[in-house]
Amino acid sequence: MTSTFRQTVRANLAKPEVRANFYRAMDGLMTRRLDQFPDKAELERLRTQSMAIRANALSKLPELLETLEANLTRNGIQVHWAETPEQGNQIVQAILERHNAKSIIKGKSMVSEEMGMNHFLEALGIECLESDLGEFIIQLDGETPSHIIMPAIHKNRIQIAKLFHQKFPDIPYTEDVDELTQTARRILRDKFYAAPVGLSGVNFMVAETGTLCLVENEGNGRMSTTAPPVHIAVTGIEKVVESLSDVPPLLSILTRSATGQPITTYFNMISSPRKVGEKDGPEEVHLVLLDNGRSNIYSDPELLATLRCIRCGACINHCPVYVRIGGHSYGTVYPGPIGSILEPQKAGLDVHGELAQASTLCGACSEVCPVRIPIPSILNRLRYDGVRKDAANTNTVGSGKRRTLSEAATWKTWAWAATHPTIYHAGSTLATRFKGMLPTNLGAWTTVRSAPKLAESTLHQQVKNLGVDHE
Amino acid sequence: MATKPDTIYFFGTCLVDLMYPQAGVSAMQLLQRAGVKVIFPPAQTCCGQPAWNSGYRDEARSVARAQIALFPKPIPIVIPSGSCAGMMKVHYPELFAGQQDEAQAVDVASRVYELTEFLVDVLKIELQDLGEPLTVAVHTSCSARREMGVADKIESLLGQLSNVQRVEHARKPECCGFGGTFAVKEPEISAAMVLDKVTHIRNTGVDRLISQECGCLMNIGGVMAKQGDALPHQHIAEFLWERTHV
Repeated sequence: MTSTFRQTVRANLAKPEVRANFYRAMDGLMTRRLDQFPDKAELERLRTQSMAIRANALSKLPELLETLEANLTRNGIQVHWAETPEQGNQIVQAILERHNAKSIIKGKSMVSEEMGMNHFLEALGIECLESDLGEFIIQLDGETPSHIIMPAIHKNRIQIAKLFHQKFPDIPYTEDVDELTQTARRILRDKFYAAPVGLSGVNFMVAETGTLCLVENEGNGRMSTTAPPVHIAVTGIEKVVESLSDVPPLLSILTRSATGQPITTYFNMISSPRKVGEKDGPEEVHLVLLDNGRSNIYSDPELLATLRCIRCGACINHCPVYVRIGGHSYGTVYPGPIGSILEPQKAGLDVHGELAQASTLCGACSEVCPVRIPIPSILNRLRYDGVRKDAANTNTVGSGKRRTLSEAATWKTWAWAATHPTIYHAGSTLATRFKGMLPTNLGAWTTVRSAPKLAESTLHQQVKNLGVDHE
Repeated sequence: MATKPDTIYFFGTCLVDLMYPQAGVSAMQLLQRAGVKVIFPPAQTCCGQPAWNSGYRDEARSVARAQIALFPKPIPIVIPSGSCAGMMKVHYPELFAGQQDEAQAVDVASRVYELTEFLVDVLKIELQDLGEPLTVAVHTSCSARREMGVADKIESLLGQLSNVQRVEHARKPECCGFGGTFAVKEPEISAAMVLDKVTHIRNTGVDRLISQECGCLMNIGGVMAKQGDALPHQHIAEFLWERTHV
């Protein structure tokens, strides 16, 4: 049976324009990142420091979340806890209903994508407008993000120009990037002022001060968190750091790893609603903290590193699989290497475990990860969990459910042959002697490749003539 | 290792054994010429990596355990493959963590060298090029590059050959799409990767492709053969021996 993942992969591999868009974009991002780190030693020091900051925060996660909640509350920010996406959406719905809000303007938030918030609110008759340019573009086209930082990276300039012309026929057709951006800007400006509620994500939450930090480039994050009278921030529980001094190193490595920028254009620090006597800012600020499987990941020391992620997308930019199949092939909110470890853990190995197979374990992801998440090791662990017989011994959702009788039997036979040298040698000798009779069509392998050719005689046979000690 | 060892173990790997025995023969000849006695334990089969990467850890462990028993002496174990060396050096200690033979696995891991690493760092081999002028492209396996961190060794060995000119290809550090069972489990993605790799290598117009990984060579070479007009491709050991023996 062909899985949904395989079908989507096939379909996307067959779109040369999309593949070219990804190839070009990721090449550019890799070069820009490289240019940001001329000093290898400095990069490695910063990675170690950033890993330590995130690991420290996770080691005290429950305690830091309590401190965070206390300090946010003291600052006048209302904190809400959601175990599931549904609960998160209901919390947002309740806030909107209290304000009788029929629309919402959104800054960029991957957690709101995780919650399926737009779909949920639109079903209630609430208009959700994405204000991040990339999100705005894909929303126009009825799509989901194909990258966590650059949601519309799968589209090129011409495709976007055509889309704008189709959706805004009154505006003259242009392929000029600045003009296209200005069009979006004009449309969004009015919406910022009219919207009763603005929503955003969060990059870092500082426990000791009760501060929400937001990294962005377009100013839409600043607008959606300050112009409307109510601001709702949504994020995962893992985004907390202990102290304010933890933020600068993370910010520095985040922007350089993500887009190759030395620093972000806007860095927002939100520490309270509008205070008495202040002329602007929202009157109410809410924070919705989503668990959605994160506590479960937290409970496994080997998988915990997954939660160190600061969502820079460097692993995605450097992944040879992602660059070819694109973000939509994954069928998940988070694509690429981080998605391939995070999504199977959140949804279960029975649902997204196939993603853990979609990697050559080449290690390009962990080589660039700013917080040194051992992605290949976690992929390997998830592959193990998927097929293990003692599924009860692990908390990973869906453990053991990918085990099939035929695959297990194959490995068992393989192990038997490889632990019985006489059998192995007899088999390999026979195979090389009668290699002319071996099949040349090996299914998937031989679609683009010739079948591997066995040697005339094995190394084991040849070694005897070498004067090598065959003890 | 400060001093040059008198004797080493050689682990041939199953791909070298079955597909590229000349790579194993050449590697042992290079080692012997450098004055090292080579022991090839005949009961060796496979390092266990295919099962390890597929999640079948019990099966991987039983195969790995059989190999560990073959290297009792406290001498280096040299392997003409970054990925099998990576399996033994990096993953054996993980695979045997908490097992009764953990110490033995860690001991074996500590003695593992990838061939080019051993030739350069331990033997400090000096090569004299006897061949005709030739251009080559180098494909470094991901395991050699990242897991073992020895990608520069193949380059330094080739750099010693005065008549060999290395030509860089686009996206050189990128994976060729083999990834063991990945090529079988995700054939379409693997095909897209290896076809690009072949194009980048062909675009250099070199005479030959050199790698230290037989899995990559089988993958890349298989595409070239299917396309006809296969570019000659060789394991580094075979190439070095061919260029330097009288």
